[in-house]
Amino acid sequence: MTADSLLLVLVFFPLAGSLLALGAGYQPRLCRWVSLILSLMQMALISLLFFLDLQPHSGPTGTWLLAVDYPWLEGIGARFSLGLDGLSLLLLWLTAFLTVISVLISWTAINLKVGLFHFFLLFLEGCLMGLFMATDLLLFYLFWEIQLIPMFFLLGIWGHARRIYAAVKFVLFTFGGSLFMLIALLVLYVLHGHQTGEYTFSLYQLSQTPLSPTVEGWLYAAFLLAFAVKIPLVPLHTWLPDAHTEAPTAGSVDLAGLLLKTGFYAFFRFAFPLFPGAAQASIPLLLALGLVGMFYAAWIALAQTDIKRLVAYSSIGHMGLMVLALGIWNLMALSGSLLQLFNHGISTSALFVMVGMLDERLGSRNFQDMGGLWQQMPVFSAFFLFFALSSMGLPGLNNFVGEILILLGAFQIRPLIAVLAFVGVLLTVIYILRMVQDSLFGESRRVQPLRDVTPREVLILAVMALPVLYIGLHPGPVLRLFESSLQVMWGQFPMLARSLGG
Amino acid sequence: MTLNIPSFNLASIGPWITLSIFAIAILLADALSPKGNRTAAPLLALAGLAVAGFQTISLWGKNGLDFARMVYVDNFSLFFYMVFILGTALTVLISLQYLKDYGKNLAEYYALLLFATVGMMLMAAGAHLIMIFLGLEVMSIAVYVLAGLFREDARSNEAALKYLVLGAFASAFLLFGMAMLYGAAGGTLFLNDLPGRLTAGFKPLTLLAIALLVVGFGFKVASVPFHMWTPDVYEGAPTSVTAFMAVGVKTAAFAAFARVFFLAFPTLMPDWTMVLWVLAVATMTLGNVVAIAQTNIKRMLAYSSIAHAGYLLVALVAANQLGAVSLMYYLLAYTLMNLGAFGVVILVGRKKDSYLSIYDYAGLGAQHPALAAAMALFMFALAGIPPTAGFVGKFYIFSAAVKAGYIWLAIIGVMNSVVSVYYYLRITVLMYMKPAEADLGPINFAPAVTATLLLTAAGVVLIGVFPGFLYNLALNSVKIFPGL
Repeated sequence: MTADSLLLVLVFFPLAGSLLALGAGYQPRLCRWVSLILSLMQMALISLLFFLDLQPHSGPTGTWLLAVDYPWLEGIGARFSLGLDGLSLLLLWLTAFLTVISVLISWTAINLKVGLFHFFLLFLEGCLMGLFMATDLLLFYLFWEIQLIPMFFLLGIWGHARRIYAAVKFVLFTFGGSLFMLIALLVLYVLHGHQTGEYTFSLYQLSQTPLSPTVEGWLYAAFLLAFAVKIPLVPLHTWLPDAHTEAPTAGSVDLAGLLLKTGFYAFFRFAFPLFPGAAQASIPLLLALGLVGMFYAAWIALAQTDIKRLVAYSSIGHMGLMVLALGIWNLMALSGSLLQLFNHGISTSALFVMVGMLDERLGSRNFQDMGGLWQQMPVFSAFFLFFALSSMGLPGLNNFVGEILILLGAFQIRPLIAVLAFVGVLLTVIYILRMVQDSLFGESRRVQPLRDVTPREVLILAVMALPVLYIGLHPGPVLRLFESSLQVMWGQFPMLARSLGG
Repeated sequence: MTLNIPSFNLASIGPWITLSIFAIAILLADALSPKGNRTAAPLLALAGLAVAGFQTISLWGKNGLDFARMVYVDNFSLFFYMVFILGTALTVLISLQYLKDYGKNLAEYYALLLFATVGMMLMAAGAHLIMIFLGLEVMSIAVYVLAGLFREDARSNEAALKYLVLGAFASAFLLFGMAMLYGAAGGTLFLNDLPGRLTAGFKPLTLLAIALLVVGFGFKVASVPFHMWTPDVYEGAPTSVTAFMAVGVKTAAFAAFARVFFLAFPTLMPDWTMVLWVLAVATMTLGNVVAIAQTNIKRMLAYSSIAHAGYLLVALVAANQLGAVSLMYYLLAYTLMNLGAFGVVILVGRKKDSYLSIYDYAGLGAQHPALAAAMALFMFALAGIPPTAGFVGKFYIFSAAVKAGYIWLAIIGVMNSVVSVYYYLRITVLMYMKPAEADLGPINFAPAVTATLLLTAAGVVLIGVFPGFLYNLALNSVKIFPGL
């Protein structure tokens, strides 16, 4: 068995584990422990990959750290091919990490259908593992669609009052968007087949298809639509606040930390290499969408009275900055945005975790019921401040590194955009500080004392604080992970580099 | 004058003979056995289907004509034989307890199922239009009777009568179309001869013939605007018969539809694909949109079956090899997922169908998790969400459409899939996310129905994850259409 087959284990271990968790569901305690151990094992497995000193050598192009390729749908030309590079590796680790966190935060919060809940958590983990590694477009599409099912149930069964509305809205938006991607995928597949006589869904081969600018534009637009719904970019974002508000904490963590990442990842991995010409033409659009997203999210976030909705909008704002970096498209801005992908996964998830804890204690997420929390829950408040500062980009913490890279990269090419983006980042500071002020400081409006965090919760928060500090203080090793991905992108898709002038 | 009897090989129609003999045996056994003892009939039916299945497999790979060029013996028809046998066997399994509850576990029910299956096989294998018509009538008459099985129930009567009257109309259209074609082709109805004769023929007559054939087949597959009977008949007929109609009749009609159009009219493809394009769009859209408004699960599944006829028409419009392959794959997948869904409907319906509203599914997830999980799987499959057979089927169909250059058709199909997700998902939402309005009470898990659910659920996932084998099988079968 070569190291390459580890990739199969990474996908199928959580999927098999999900069944085990379902089977253990008759005894909630056992089920929780089983899920925790399984998710920890998965995380350990992925952490192991960091130490294997992998060199890019695998895959059809020889640029993947690890790759597997098996026949899957014969006759159609779809293959079960996975590839791992630095970016995938980091996102896999994030997936495994957040799954562990999700299991831990649901320890006491979820008491209904415990087996089913953990089944969906682990199942989602398996789907995302496949999604972040797929190098065959049909396989990617498959994972992309399947991940809807566990998320739909997580939202719909364990959510809050308007959960069904939110769950159905979520599915219809994302399913609708991605079906257009499917059509575009098929058109690309057929065009490639007509031209070369070889019908395939391989990313590498399809990216070599010569396309007329009009066709390329349409296909890119379809992909853009699917990914923009998932990211979400502003006119298509309306499902996200609803989904977050109604989701259980673990659902919010998975949604913000992982599902939103799939949209951006797919942009980077598929849309750009496949349609470099159209991608270049779309740069003004991406810049505009990114800026609009940042400003709009900040504006709406300032008006929120529900703390979870505020965090949800801050999530939209952060994704806006990342999309803006895609539009800048130089090495610095891109490494910044990929790093932000990870940072946002940690920081926003941590905020959602904390909002969930608050909700458990207060029974409310409204600012009116908060204030003065610092006196009653000092430990909680310290952590909350820490993650809030991380989210708004305090130097020394993780988000700062990513944001400064994006802004510096932008300054090199488009100073005006960089100035606007900087203003957007400032707006983030305003609403995050307002959130901290309204919740932690001021007069306490409650009579009953609040219980501070339990040891289990301290453990969760401390574990989540570690990567925040690590990346903030020593981002080098993580950035080096992207180096290979980005260089491959430049080398493997010369057309892309040429047309984008990177 | 000497009567010249052409040579023939009975083995070529082995499955038909077997099923007919078993059907007669069921009737005789019922007549000769003491009253009230009817356990033999379903067993005999299953045995007959097993033997027919075995014969079909032993015929596999043959390629030719028999009985004075009246019958095709080729993989295309044999593939459909297997789908019919599977569909009928599963129908027998889900019928048993259901009919007992109604006190209608009659031997003739099983005999009629087998006769209908023979009719379907005739349709799939007919090499002459008259053979196809014969098959259609053998199948239809059996199904008319089955739809009216519950004689005391007004709705069942209505269903049977409606189906009979409108079905007779449709048959007349079909027959009239064949007559036109006979004239246009200069006196032949052999499918093999038609393409050569029609090119030189009088074109308006041929087009009229094709239009009439579309009406006839369109009725049987429940395509818009010939679908009016579907919701009422599906709702009124006994649930097991509805399931049989939804899968068997539709599959047989599509098999004949595809065979006639692909084989006989390849030269006129631009004409009929245009008509079917419109029909496909209308059928998908109407089926899906109206299904949203339904609160009776059988009516919902009726409209869903109309919508699926629309998707299958897309495969016909594509009219390429992949289109034919996708048609075959989808019909098999549809048989599995739809029979599974109807199996759940039968289990939940209980005591003479007292629980047929979709709101009766509220809280099912908490009270009967396994049953709800199965239903959720079938709903996801019907909606075309991976990793089920429904996804692969839709994927093949839309690939075929794109390959043939019908990108707009594929886009409309895809948008329809989004609409359909809404009503399939609603069942799942009710089952898992709404509390039960009342205690659902115990559900009698009849072993045969449970086995059907297990089998179909496993099948839906298995052929969804590993479709390669079936794909190759189907690809091998559609080589008989030179025009594609």
